[in-house]
Amino acid sequence: MKIIVAVKQVPERDAPVRVAASRQWIEEADLQFSMNESDAYALEEALQLKEKVGGEVVVISAGPERVATTIREALAKGADRAIHVECDDMAKRDALGVARLLAEAVRSENPDLVLTGLQSDDLGYGQTGVIMAELLSLPHASLILHVEKTDSGITVKRELEEGWFQNIELPTPAVLMIQSGGTKLRYATLMGIKRAKTKELRKVTAADLGIENEPVVTLESISLPQKQTSTQILQGTAKETAATLVEKLKFEVRVL
Amino acid sequence: MSGIFVVIEERQGRIGRISWEAVAAASVLARQTSAKVNAIVIGAQTEQFAAETAKRISGKVIRIEHSLLASYTCDGFSLALEQFIRAESPEFLVFPHTYQVRDYVPALAARFGRVLIGDVVGIEEGPTFTRQLMQGRLTGSYRASGAGPVFVSVQSGAFRADTAETVAAEASVFTPAIDSTQIRTKPGEPFRDSAQTVDLGSAQAIVAVGRGIREAENLGMIQELATALGAEVAASRPICDNGWLPIERQVGSSGQTVAPKLYLAVGISGAIQHLVGMKGSQCIVAVNKDPEAPIFEVAHYGIVGDLFEVIPALTEAVKAAHQ
Repeated sequence: MKIIVAVKQVPERDAPVRVAASRQWIEEADLQFSMNESDAYALEEALQLKEKVGGEVVVISAGPERVATTIREALAKGADRAIHVECDDMAKRDALGVARLLAEAVRSENPDLVLTGLQSDDLGYGQTGVIMAELLSLPHASLILHVEKTDSGITVKRELEEGWFQNIELPTPAVLMIQSGGTKLRYATLMGIKRAKTKELRKVTAADLGIENEPVVTLESISLPQKQTSTQILQGTAKETAATLVEKLKFEVRVL
Repeated sequence: MSGIFVVIEERQGRIGRISWEAVAAASVLARQTSAKVNAIVIGAQTEQFAAETAKRISGKVIRIEHSLLASYTCDGFSLALEQFIRAESPEFLVFPHTYQVRDYVPALAARFGRVLIGDVVGIEEGPTFTRQLMQGRLTGSYRASGAGPVFVSVQSGAFRADTAETVAAEASVFTPAIDSTQIRTKPGEPFRDSAQTVDLGSAQAIVAVGRGIREAENLGMIQELATALGAEVAASRPICDNGWLPIERQVGSSGQTVAPKLYLAVGISGAIQHLVGMKGSQCIVAVNKDPEAPIFEVAHYGIVGDLFEVIPALTEAVKAAHQ
């Protein structure tokens, strides 16, 4: 089974977020970056499938030069080779624009499966995989926790709302958007990190793929959110704030 | 190119509140353009849902009906709506931002060279659409350009559903041409993994824990505080993903929705997927080391500090208050 996994590099979860002077994106200079969480689960699902049924895992990532560290991490965890779609204006592309880059970059690979994470932790569009499926004319399923190979294709476990699930049968090739938490993530081993250095990393650009950036939805400005309720921040030491809160719980909220 | 259409979602025989919230969002657009709000119901038998919908909108109801639309498939729903859109050329299509919508609308929009503006929390003049970025730590303002319909989905709870009933609108049936060979996926019946033994929905007080707790071994102090408060323990998704607490204690879009008297969020940053499950609580208290954490936007009381100091102190203070 040839499995493509699309991963995105995003700012670290607790990274300080500062609006850039342009008000169109955040200040990236002093940020740390890591692999998007649900993409890490997509990679894990791909590696486990390969271990079960054999084949190849190819990781693809679009973004500027720094993305190479995330690609190396995927290779160190066990991906066989990688494609880096060099692109410096990711935040300026809409979901269709990004999906076009990735779809065109993997089209000639003729994969059996394309896996993506459910949603990026930065822009959070949650559409890349679904649109890739449409562009590649493949069936898809989203919010997937588990993938099982069958004789005619695959069976996937899909998460529904409020604690419900559903199994779906799909023919392959297919595109799946993986939800976090379906399995345990592995760490890269020292041997894996060593091997990653010798694995193939192919670079392509948007121009190579013949794709212009022509967004139909534009992010015009960003800002810090406005508070919806007036939060009363309790001041003092741990002991003092605890005492104040207990007063509130007793006399205002009346739960004590 | 004209008309605003809300695509109503039916789940297990019911139209959920989020669909009426989508109608409310569509009404905001309608006021900007002096248009009426129309609605679409999709399924194999839509008469009852169309009748229910007709009382909630100012325009007309379209019943997109076909035997192959009895249960949701991305292929079936996309084909049906694609044909309707080509026939009617609506200006706006408004959806509730549900798992189902996330599964097919991005593909449907791409068929028209368009992009869904998803998870919208506000609509301003223009129209410009507001949605959250960076897990709720930033707000982005979006605008659609170019020709073709504008696809928008609205976040649960972002718009207030109008419960007033109007004179029933007229309904008409649209029959799409769908062939069973065009539906490539085979969906199974919904199921739950295990019988629910915890009913967080009826709890008076909830102590919820998130990533900030760092290790499973640290959960003891959360349990101790919950016991002192007579509260149930709940968690955000990462805690259940790690297997530290069972999934039935998960609050949020993929878990339970709760509205207790007291919701004490400990080490939870407040990603939107969590907030939708608890923001209706009467009193929200947040303990977090990051003063910029989005949880503080919905909290009534906040403690900015190290939970490993605050929680034991709070447990002691609660115990003392009982004596």
